[in-house]
Amino acid sequence: MLNDITLGQYFPGNSPLHKMDPRIKILLTVLFVVSLFLVSDPLFLIAPVIFIGILYLIARIPVRFLLKSLKPLIPILIFTTVLNLFFLPGDVTLFSFWVIQISDKGLLNAILVLIRIVCLIAGSSLLTYTTSPIALTDGIERLLSPLGKLKFPVHDLAMMMSIALRFIPTLIEETEKIMSAQKARGADMETGSLVQRAKALVPILIPLLVSAFRRAEELALAMECRCYRGGEGRTRMKQLKLHLRDLWGSLITVILCGGMIALGFLL
Amino acid sequence: MHESILCVILYISMACPGERILALTEYIHAVNLSFSYQNEPEAPQVLKDVSLSVEKGSFVAVLGHNGSGKSTLAKHMNVILLPSGGSLFVNGMDTSLEEHLWEIRQQVGMVFQNPDNQLVATVVEEDVAFAPENMGVPPEEIRRRVEEALRTVGMWDFRDHAPHRLSGGQKQRIAIAGVLAMHPDCIVLDEPTAMLDPRGRREVLETIHRLNRESGMTVILITHYMDEAAQADRVVVMDSGTVIADGTPKEVFSQVELIRSAGLDVPQTTDLVHWLRTEKGLDLPADCLTVEEAADAVAKLFS
Amino acid sequence: MYAIEAQNLTYTYGIKTPFEKTAIRDVSVQIPAGEFVGVIGHTGSGKSTLIQHINGLLRPTSGKLLLNGKDIWENPKEIRKVRFSAGLVFQYPEHQLFETTVYKDIAFGPTNMGLSEEEVRLRVEEAAEFTGISSALMDQSPFELSGGQKRRVAIAGVIAMRPEVLILDEPTAGLDPRGRDKILDRLRRYHQAQKNTVLLVSHSMEDVAEYCTSALVMNRGTLFAYDTVENVFCRTEELEQMGLAIPAITQVFHRLAAAGIPVSRNVFTMDAAKQALSAALEGRGRNA
Repeated sequence: MLNDITLGQYFPGNSPLHKMDPRIKILLTVLFVVSLFLVSDPLFLIAPVIFIGILYLIARIPVRFLLKSLKPLIPILIFTTVLNLFFLPGDVTLFSFWVIQISDKGLLNAILVLIRIVCLIAGSSLLTYTTSPIALTDGIERLLSPLGKLKFPVHDLAMMMSIALRFIPTLIEETEKIMSAQKARGADMETGSLVQRAKALVPILIPLLVSAFRRAEELALAMECRCYRGGEGRTRMKQLKLHLRDLWGSLITVILCGGMIALGFLL
Repeated sequence: MHESILCVILYISMACPGERILALTEYIHAVNLSFSYQNEPEAPQVLKDVSLSVEKGSFVAVLGHNGSGKSTLAKHMNVILLPSGGSLFVNGMDTSLEEHLWEIRQQVGMVFQNPDNQLVATVVEEDVAFAPENMGVPPEEIRRRVEEALRTVGMWDFRDHAPHRLSGGQKQRIAIAGVLAMHPDCIVLDEPTAMLDPRGRREVLETIHRLNRESGMTVILITHYMDEAAQADRVVVMDSGTVIADGTPKEVFSQVELIRSAGLDVPQTTDLVHWLRTEKGLDLPADCLTVEEAADAVAKLFS
Repeated sequence: MYAIEAQNLTYTYGIKTPFEKTAIRDVSVQIPAGEFVGVIGHTGSGKSTLIQHINGLLRPTSGKLLLNGKDIWENPKEIRKVRFSAGLVFQYPEHQLFETTVYKDIAFGPTNMGLSEEEVRLRVEEAAEFTGISSALMDQSPFELSGGQKRRVAIAGVIAMRPEVLILDEPTAGLDPRGRDKILDRLRRYHQAQKNTVLLVSHSMEDVAEYCTSALVMNRGTLFAYDTVENVFCRTEELEQMGLAIPAITQVFHRLAAAGIPVSRNVFTMDAAKQALSAALEGRGRNA
């Protein structure tokens, strides 16, 4: 049951997109998302839709993956579409029934928002699909590293994130073990009222907390024994190097987004 | 001024030649080491007046039941704990001096009991790189060290695996590789096999024996398994914070009553021979350890 | 009728996923009531999967599991009752302790059974007695105890449900010799007093030889043997091929027998060894 949790939704692969520098990918994703919001004509959104489609093909990510990550957002999508469609007054009324009026502006805006959100999700999901959580952490750490000079604890945050990533599978396994052990003592977690079920969690959460603290303590000791003393003076084995594909990727995305933004302002 | 200091140093080093030799061959040297968790006179002493030397390149097993002080002793060797009384020298460096801290931690690698709680990274090779990264080793050199360490423990093929998918024995070998990447002189292992199945235990023991044999690594193995101790060059038995026996496995295990009183097992072979000697009054060598030795000794009774 | 009976038990993990793996295949075994069974096999042999079937934590992919002649999955809604009658102590059971006092923690199982307060108290005290938890410890927090004590409290928590079958998955893992002996001696006493069926999963062939009446060996997901300890341990060569080391004392007697000394090859415990040697030495005296 708990095994279903896929972390960071990483979809292992060997495509050029997977191999791109995480820093570049993060920056380009931000650029893409921003430019989506600067476009006000649905016509110009055709370009990003095609662009994203091609990228998914290159990265060889099945469409059902994207649909899966869109699923929880369906209520929001419906809500905003309905809101735009029915309640935005416009110049021409296309359809009218009782209190509902659909105007040309409403229709356009509804389509615009819909495509925008789908592109937004598709774009940012592409980042997490093609970048392993550890590479993502690494990229964020390096992008934020200038903030370190302002005493912002960039390294510590990144270390916390990667330790969390390391221990989540371990703690999930542990949770399953404790659940089985308490079930073997007759704990009932499946029936009863909400209060009863919440109470039934105590025998699982307490041992889990105790164990998490014990692990944290032991890990801190082991890290100290391996000469860990914070980010200062630390080197990294994996150096991020920019490749030709990063340059090409950046060029194409920047031209596309730049074009979208420029057209958005011109028209 | 400088000359006079040099003169003094020269004089001291000539005056106490014994001390100098000691610093060279005795890799770890405890002098009347005492430890208690609180700094009060009534606080229970976990270590009482322990004096012990470990030679460079040797394989020493420290045997004792839980609470005998063996883990506390190990934690002093890596400056996790500081002596309440007496002192401990690692490669001639006093552990109580702050300036030696990182030097000692780099020279004495530490491996702990729970393999899950000492791996930091989500990828094996990243984990092995953790210590040299902390030490500020240049990237290419780290890469070289990681490969060397992973090959030594036989885990190179697993370099891009996630640690949580490996077996206990494999995780523990990764932990050893992570320590090897610091290029230490000595490895202290605190009950590294207590949570492993027989196969994992075998893997870990083979690895550390090979390290000792082939790279001359000083190994200090803290354990309560007598069969692991029996394979060491030297066994130190601890009970209530003191060393109660110290010698080769044969010398130590032949003292059956002493080992039992310390809450430990003796090998079945030694036990059998001991019973024949004491209960049956037969003349047998007391120091039979292996199956062959015990069988040969008993067989002689019938010839 | 047997206490535990497995009929062609097969279990496959993660069906229809890339991780699909058959953990046990076609296991059939009949264990009479009152046995002290040593369950042997190395990691991945399927022994953990097998024992989790006995108390209904896993449901067989195919085949049946019967407790006292009754299929435990006959009525899936009643599976909680099965868990009370087949108590399972997991590895490192001290990690499941959560209550504020030792007493409350041991009482967790019996309370879940819906017993009266008086009955719960009776069972907790009985279980504490069996596992050697003194009454002075009852009001302490379980987190303040030593490792060995914690483990005994956790075992008491299962014994307090008065299961007909008690299953323990490596109850001595990580303990020092003193802690190990204490737990195994207590379990032997419990088994002798209650006369119920006990399954002990262990990596130590010495402990199985010393404490168990029969042995069940799993190998690569199938049942290799279920028989008396003597009959199983006789198959030394096969066991060694599986990577299961026979006790050192047995190895000594193999060598002695091979050298033509009149002793049996089949000596598995220290007591048996002493008896065998005493007899052989007396024989030597008479012959001389």
